[in-house]
Amino acid sequence: MPKRRPTVGRAALLALTLLWAPVQAADTSSTTHRTVPDTIAQRVLACTGCHGKEGRSTNAGYFPRIAGKPAAYLYNQLRNFRDGWRTNAAMTHLVGHLSDAYLREMANYFASQDLPYPPPQTTNAPAAVLQQAQTLVLQGDALRKIPACTQCHGNAMTGVLPAFPGLLGLPRDYIVGQLGAWQTDKRHAAAPDCMGDIAKRLTVEEVSAIATWLSSQALPAQTHAVAPNTKPLPMDCGSGLQ
Amino acid sequence: MRPTACAPAPLQPPRLWPRRLLVLLVLLLAASALVAWLNVRGEADIRDSASVPFSSTLQQITQGAYLARAGNCAGCHTARGGADYAGGLGIATPFGTVYASNLTPDAQTGLGRWTPDAFWRAMHHGRSADGRLLYPVFPYTSYTQVSRADSDALFAYLGSLPAVAQANRPHELAFPYNSQAALAVWRVLFFRAAEFAPEPEQTAQWNRGAYLVRGLGHCAACHAGRNLLGASRSEWALQGGAIPMQHWYAPSLASAREAGVADWDTQDVVALLQTGTSPRGSAMGPMAEVVFRSTQYLNDADLQAMAVYLKALPQQTQEAPQAKAPESAQLSSGATLYKEHCAQCHGEEGQGAKGAYPALAGNRAVTLDTPANLVQTVLHGGFAPATAGNPRPFGMPPFQQTLDGPQIAAVLTYIRHAWGNTASPMSALEVMQSQ
Repeated sequence: MPKRRPTVGRAALLALTLLWAPVQAADTSSTTHRTVPDTIAQRVLACTGCHGKEGRSTNAGYFPRIAGKPAAYLYNQLRNFRDGWRTNAAMTHLVGHLSDAYLREMANYFASQDLPYPPPQTTNAPAAVLQQAQTLVLQGDALRKIPACTQCHGNAMTGVLPAFPGLLGLPRDYIVGQLGAWQTDKRHAAAPDCMGDIAKRLTVEEVSAIATWLSSQALPAQTHAVAPNTKPLPMDCGSGLQ
Repeated sequence: MRPTACAPAPLQPPRLWPRRLLVLLVLLLAASALVAWLNVRGEADIRDSASVPFSSTLQQITQGAYLARAGNCAGCHTARGGADYAGGLGIATPFGTVYASNLTPDAQTGLGRWTPDAFWRAMHHGRSADGRLLYPVFPYTSYTQVSRADSDALFAYLGSLPAVAQANRPHELAFPYNSQAALAVWRVLFFRAAEFAPEPEQTAQWNRGAYLVRGLGHCAACHAGRNLLGASRSEWALQGGAIPMQHWYAPSLASAREAGVADWDTQDVVALLQTGTSPRGSAMGPMAEVVFRSTQYLNDADLQAMAVYLKALPQQTQEAPQAKAPESAQLSSGATLYKEHCAQCHGEEGQGAKGAYPALAGNRAVTLDTPANLVQTVLHGGFAPATAGNPRPFGMPPFQQTLDGPQIAAVLTYIRHAWGNTASPMSALEVMQSQ
């Protein structure tokens, strides 16, 4: 009799263990330990749904390529969406509750992506229209105080550090949308908002022509944003330098 | 000859009319007087208070800054991209758009000429310094609970801000909502000025939580639901309701089937309010905004108190409605879409990923009777708020470019039915109605 208690105890323990084991197994298999990579790439899958894998986007549709754009430019845009200086309901919703530090990390990530560009868009616009656009883009119009795009965005228009974005490899509709947004005060940059001033000096036809011309240009061999220009800028710009 | 049936009914003798008109007029006047009296009852006279100079202490300003976070004053009174507390944000309501006012101490356009008494009257009675009744979009139905000391601290803080000259934008309300008389009647029906009175049989912690949740936290603004006239339906019971104009549903905080926290660990409730995420659920949509702008800044003691109070809310006990069975074609199309678009993050079994993506299996937000939040989440995606405790949240992409109405209905029907979830299927029409 004195030996019986431990035996019962052991049996009970065994029974409990047997009962408990499947419960634990079920628990671990159904809920807990699935993990995903703890990386910024995984975190920004919310962005690449529209902007393409790793931010490369395509040459069709509306969504702009963000891969390889200057980090400071991307950061400015993310903050502007959050703070109401740039208008896009989808973007504002996504970044509305994110901190400066996190937006900067996202900007740095996409800026660091070095990926091939898609081929340029094709166009059947009349040669005269394309010629007019090319003149405006490469030479501007001094009489109307419109500087050439290349003066700020770089001779190859692949962007200038720290914060002038490249203008090539973007969908035509997107470029029209941005110049239109500047004209109608839906997009702002830090004051003095030089792009706002320039866009307002362009006619609707010129905006359309410039967008067609830019979106149909092939990228040069060197696609990266270049070092800051040593020559003075044609006008005061609040955002390209920060 | 005309048939007699068409002859006008014989009029009452004309001499009776003046008397009836008089009675009607007297009744109307009496009713107006009653409404007017009910609207000013209990208010202190603030006419002389301007002569008493108000000097705020540093402690009041610091306390006021904290309380302004607790009340998320900037959530409405700071427009996106605008100067802090200078107003101008339009708040859409079913009755029109109400524009938040300038709270900076600018003498012409802000609160520069206000007195603590006038500020208290606005917070407590919902009446502006100039005597106008305020629209309850400014949640004075909740702020009336705030103590005089806290009201003074808030006023001290607002007075310490840089003055911004920005004129208030007139509200854009349709008749009769734009009339003070209609507002006065609304207030008689739905508003009683009442400072928070601690309940002696409850703990000090519960009472602190009640003060914050009912007062500055103005949780009732969303979680109490609203009736056709825009007044809270369940007030302190926080039994949930649709958020007007936003297509989001603020779930009941008093129901285990919705967002009740009675069976949560207190620490999990605190974590949700402080970091936006917790082992039991994350803040999304309008609640992400609340965490981002307000609750993440509250101290542990206050968050604990709110958690204790919310855990003790009287619970609703209604049973889940019988879920309808989904059609197999919709279910299988939903399953295919889920594998293609959702499983990478939420897992093949809807189990989520630890610390990154919420589980969908057993998730109350998935099985809510009102599927508005699900539709919003799929359409617009989003991030949990970035907070000190969760600085780099994982995001969900918007699917409005990828999936159409019937596809969203199918994938939602699938996740509401899979892995032991039992909620009714969704139709493309319901998806459209939530947009």
